[in-house]
Amino acid sequence: MNEDLKQMTPIPKRTNLHPLERRIILKHADDPAYDTSIDCYERHGGYAELRKAIGEMSPEAICQEVLESEVRGRGGAGFPAGMKWKFLDRKSGKPIYLICNADESEPGTFKDRQIIHKDPHQLIEGMMISAFAVQARLAFIYIREEMPHGARILESAIEEARARNLVGENILGSGYSCDLVVHRGAAAYICGEETGLIESLEGKRAYPRIKPPYFPAALGLYMCPTVVNNVETLCNVKHIVGMGGKAYAAIGRPGNTGTRIWCLSGQVRNPGYYELENGRHTYGDLIHTIGGGLLEGRHLQAVIPGGSSAKVWRAGERFTGKLKNGDSFDWGIDDVPLDFDGPMAAGSMSGSGAVIVIDNTVDIVEVLANINAFYAHESCGQCTPCREGSLWMKKITTRMANGGARREDAELLASIGDQIAGRTICAHGEACAWPTQSFVAKFRDKFEAKAEADPEALRTRAFRMV
Amino acid sequence: MAFDLTEQTLARIDQFISRYPQKRSALMMILHEIQKEKGHLSLESQEWVAEKLGLTPIQVREVVTFYPFYREHPIGKRLIRVCRTLSCALNGSYRICDQFKQEFDTDLNVISPDGRVTIEFAECLASCGTAPVAMVDDDLYESLDEAKVKALCDEIRANTAAWAAEPSATGAP
Repeated sequence: MNEDLKQMTPIPKRTNLHPLERRIILKHADDPAYDTSIDCYERHGGYAELRKAIGEMSPEAICQEVLESEVRGRGGAGFPAGMKWKFLDRKSGKPIYLICNADESEPGTFKDRQIIHKDPHQLIEGMMISAFAVQARLAFIYIREEMPHGARILESAIEEARARNLVGENILGSGYSCDLVVHRGAAAYICGEETGLIESLEGKRAYPRIKPPYFPAALGLYMCPTVVNNVETLCNVKHIVGMGGKAYAAIGRPGNTGTRIWCLSGQVRNPGYYELENGRHTYGDLIHTIGGGLLEGRHLQAVIPGGSSAKVWRAGERFTGKLKNGDSFDWGIDDVPLDFDGPMAAGSMSGSGAVIVIDNTVDIVEVLANINAFYAHESCGQCTPCREGSLWMKKITTRMANGGARREDAELLASIGDQIAGRTICAHGEACAWPTQSFVAKFRDKFEAKAEADPEALRTRAFRMV
Repeated sequence: MAFDLTEQTLARIDQFISRYPQKRSALMMILHEIQKEKGHLSLESQEWVAEKLGLTPIQVREVVTFYPFYREHPIGKRLIRVCRTLSCALNGSYRICDQFKQEFDTDLNVISPDGRVTIEFAECLASCGTAPVAMVDDDLYESLDEAKVKALCDEIRANTAAWAAEPSATGAP
């Protein structure tokens, strides 16, 4: 690898893996001797699965393996990737496109960054297998602007792969051709929403499209059938082809297969990314055993289980109910299974796998104000409830944090949140409403007590988050 | 004065256009390339792009004004972006941002008096595990504290020339 490329890997390697980790996607990424060159990748067995897929398998057979693997999308919604591919309109006669969503932007998420910067060929291999499986004519990687080195690493890696006939014309002599193009965003969160991303890729404002009728599987990029998958999801496809769908499905637990890269951040001793087998661990394991627990002398106030749009959990909260299989459960935060269905059963979601820990030293109203500032900034402005509502929620919570709270604010915030969710074109409506709805519902006492707080002390506070 | 770009930029632009099934898709990549060369996207540059892609100027401008990274006005020689979002804020990013402002005697979103920097708050830079973080131009700086910010600012001052006593007639560095 040349010196320039080495310079392009600015993020540190983490060599002290936790014993509970099971690394499949990040198997090599943090090995200090592992670099981003194609030689290194092939030395570690790379591109064997692409050779197998293109040389020995039919596109339909690959789709079947992905379906049987039950792999769920790692970008946020957790939708089964094999189903997404199945919905693809293959009879339209129009070209099919594959897009990798590398717009990693949900606050708390930093897993795709590790793959892109440390193991770019794994993503390229996963994409080319997926492109062949859906018979895409052209594939794109939509990467956020804030990862300029990542974009350069990917471009260099694609050049290397093209030179070895793994990308481009007549791949490995199979007669199948598909090029791969890196497209950079420009600092807009909404481009992570798949139809907004498609508009952006068409050279327009990233205004999400309304579904129906604009399901990407039928009317996506240039109104052609399009598959949009997350970086981590596409990497999984490589391993599904390698081990077979059924063997992959044996990892994790039913409906929550494979491993997942969890991103732990906030006020915790050992923040970081940890690849864990789905359903074998709990939020307690992640926060305390793996994450080292809270800082000295502090105690837990709240956990956001899946990116800042996920509904918050208050420390001490209990979750009860019945699972899909009929078993009843009674969990505290520490008991919630670390997978897709666990946090759903506990009234929230795993989202993009971003767990944010909040301790007792911060003002929970100000935490919400910080989150609201994000969603207000990132609303695309198409739908009135989201455009206006997100800004009102930001203004109200900021005023409260700064010493201007009124007793009726909690009620007002809840009513605004209730009038956004479900009333917008895309899920940004929910993303901006859920934090406010859940924080106010679960910390109502603290929101109401804010009106009695000393305004002068709040105005002159030393530590600020808005 | 005619709007011109370097040979290298022009070649890159043609390369971008050839990559996409539809010309208009190259718009964002072209805007990135021009902003990199010129520092910002003047109305003149936007008209040039519109002509290049067969678009109306407003089709270009609506994109420029939608995406936070595109700028219609010059900024300082170096762009400092401090992550403002939750995990960084919980770990003191507002204080980090204040320190950057004090170091360059400036406010957010303006050119510092010495012309060296513009400081902005950024929304989640996707490195929450090493909070607080900031970007200086293309480079990410992680796990920032007072000493690291000081060293970074010293480095910027040492490697970036300040404006001469009087800003040039155009107001640009």
